[in-house]
Amino acid sequence: MNYGPLIFLAAFFAMASSWCGFVLTPQLQVGQLQQTNTLGTTVTYPIPRPGLAQQGLQVYRANGCAYCHSQQVRQSGTVCDVVLAETGTNQPALLASLVKVKPGLSETEARDFIAKLPAPVLRGITKEAADAAAKILNAASAKAQVWIVPVGPDIARGWGKRRTVAEDFLFDSPVMAGSQRIGQDLANVGVRLPDANWHLRHLYAPRLTEKASTMPPYRFLFEKHKIEHNPSPEALVLPAEMAPAPGYEILPKQEARALAAYLVSLRADAPLFVAPLTVAAVDAATATNPPAALGAATGNAAPVNAPAK
Amino acid sequence: MSQAPSSPPALAGAPSKIDASCRVPLLLMFICAAVWLVIASAFALIASIKFHSPDFLADCPWLTYGRVRPAYLNALLYGFCLQAGLGVGLWLLARLGRAPLAQPWLVIVGTLVWNLGVKFGIWGVLSGDGTGFQYLDMPGYAAWIMMLGCLLISLSGLLTFHQRRERALFVSQWFVFAALFWFPWTYSTAELLLVTWPVRGAAQVAIWGYYVANLEVTWLALIGLAAIFYFVPKLTRHQLHSHYLALFAFWMLILFGGWSGIPGGAPLPAWMPVLSTAATMLLLVPVVIVAVLIHQTVEGKWTRLMANPPLRFIALGAFAYLLAGLMRVASAGLDLHHPISLTWFAPAQAQLNAYGFFSLVMFGAIYWIVPQLAGMEFASAKLVRAHFWLALLGLLLSVVPLAIGGIVEELRLETSGISFMQVVKTTMPFLRASTIGDLLLGLGHVVFVVNLLGMVVRFYRPRAVSAYAAATMDLCAVKAKP
Repeated sequence: MNYGPLIFLAAFFAMASSWCGFVLTPQLQVGQLQQTNTLGTTVTYPIPRPGLAQQGLQVYRANGCAYCHSQQVRQSGTVCDVVLAETGTNQPALLASLVKVKPGLSETEARDFIAKLPAPVLRGITKEAADAAAKILNAASAKAQVWIVPVGPDIARGWGKRRTVAEDFLFDSPVMAGSQRIGQDLANVGVRLPDANWHLRHLYAPRLTEKASTMPPYRFLFEKHKIEHNPSPEALVLPAEMAPAPGYEILPKQEARALAAYLVSLRADAPLFVAPLTVAAVDAATATNPPAALGAATGNAAPVNAPAK
Repeated sequence: MSQAPSSPPALAGAPSKIDASCRVPLLLMFICAAVWLVIASAFALIASIKFHSPDFLADCPWLTYGRVRPAYLNALLYGFCLQAGLGVGLWLLARLGRAPLAQPWLVIVGTLVWNLGVKFGIWGVLSGDGTGFQYLDMPGYAAWIMMLGCLLISLSGLLTFHQRRERALFVSQWFVFAALFWFPWTYSTAELLLVTWPVRGAAQVAIWGYYVANLEVTWLALIGLAAIFYFVPKLTRHQLHSHYLALFAFWMLILFGGWSGIPGGAPLPAWMPVLSTAATMLLLVPVVIVAVLIHQTVEGKWTRLMANPPLRFIALGAFAYLLAGLMRVASAGLDLHHPISLTWFAPAQAQLNAYGFFSLVMFGAIYWIVPQLAGMEFASAKLVRAHFWLALLGLLLSVVPLAIGGIVEELRLETSGISFMQVVKTTMPFLRASTIGDLLLGLGHVVFVVNLLGMVVRFYRPRAVSAYAAATMDLCAVKAKP
């Protein structure tokens, strides 16, 4: 019996099934994503990176940065904080309720506590417990809010405020989420290290900024330049043993400037419907890329509350 | 061409005729593959040394870690694995179908085109044209050349399958036949949707996962298991215990392999990693089947697998398949809560799969096939044994430390009191051990190339000498005439 056509058809259908699952459906679902509003504000997220940062993405690709750096923050769950924003008018009642929701709190401690608000009353509890506590406090005419806080080892490490989601990569191509963490996760490196000059120095001599770093230097992204009239403001500030000969300076090439701009643009911490978190309004202004954030600063001044999923 | 109707079937189906038809194309493929392996090892070593001395070769952009590492992975996969796998697959199709290789020139041209493509690809990666997708780093211009070469080689395989004289199919033929389609399909899909006309946003992550799973989980296993199911019974002189179990492994592999590429916690809608994890768990079935089949085939006497050098390579490869499969399942299971796939555990698993399983099986197959093609044994059995021990030791030293290092790394990353630089520091001893492993593997590959080239020289030298003598004799005769 000739099994050739049978094997062909079997292989074809087996292939077609996984193709439908992980090529077609992602394209229909994730590939059609649009910009979305960040929670509680009118800021659109994400916005395309500035032109220089887009060039930097290509430098990042060409030098295989993704082989050592991931751009995906993971999250093991979500907890709630109860934050007391305002005391309201009935202070004795509030003090009594505070002692009630936070066992072990003495009345004098409670009095100190309400002196500097807003402050978290309870941290890391479930949604139900947080709602119950907020209800008790609000009944005492205070203004208590339930904040949503993503948690997990990556977030504890300061790599981000929430998990990375598909929306964060909407305008990037290629998408380099990375597959290893030989170096730090870079999903939010622009939040941690917003100074492009820090990145330039780190690229030129990694052990200048981080003593034990195993990152290879990228000196080929820089050039030695003879000082003609005045030293360039862009020249790297280097310690004596690394500095070039007198009369010369180290300038970043276009690639290095672009790469630094890209790194600074990595900020994936906007609160989204798919990855909710509560941020204070001050934070909301800096959460997204700068141009949009300027608009946000004039927005809602009160802390915004994201719906729990 | 070798299918001339005048030739009697019995004669055309004789092993010597089949081997003669395979000789030039397959020797070419195996030698090119072996040379790529040595080049890959050199890249691997450079990349590995950079961990101990980050300033090593740092001023040359072509040799920065982020380019050398993909150059290594792609030279290993496309230069060696795919090429050697296709060669062994063609030989299995010809042998099992009792028909000479159809249109050997297609394979020769295809191999030359394929190698041209890989050369462009590695050059592209080193010069900064890499695509940014791991295991698919070669730029588009190289990929389409490779695609053409692969299609030519596959066409010859399909014709050989079609012209087979033994109509009943052995299970290995199912595997190889499916593999001939599998790679062009998935490779062209990934290349089109990720490189030529990239889709928008994170859908790229899903398609990349789909491609990597189809290459590393499905394709490598299709060819590797085809060789295991053929060579283990043949070299131990036993019957394959059960055809049906082997076919069941085939179905599981092609049905679920392509679903297994998306790790838990990937920045995609949650159903994708969950489905992918479930598929990975199901892939335990073919892994168990391979173990059971080998156990039953050798009737529980595992020492029989050590009988001769080719079988030793294949047995070790089968064992590595078992381990790599278990590691994949463990990694997928852990990943939902502990992102172990972002640590050194993942490269250790990939190395055990692509190198420990697939490459070792290919070494064994090549060490069996090449003497058949040339009609003589390897000059030095010692050198073959040396390759085996270097490969075994190198594999142990490069995989075990990285796997343990990955687990340690993850445990420490989850402790927020330990700074990231401390975590990096703890992985260093493991990386040092793996550098020695890479060095041993590289030495083994040099021995492999020497073995193959020695065979080719010994085969063609007498022929070249006699051809030269004949030509010069004619010349002398011409001179002597007037």
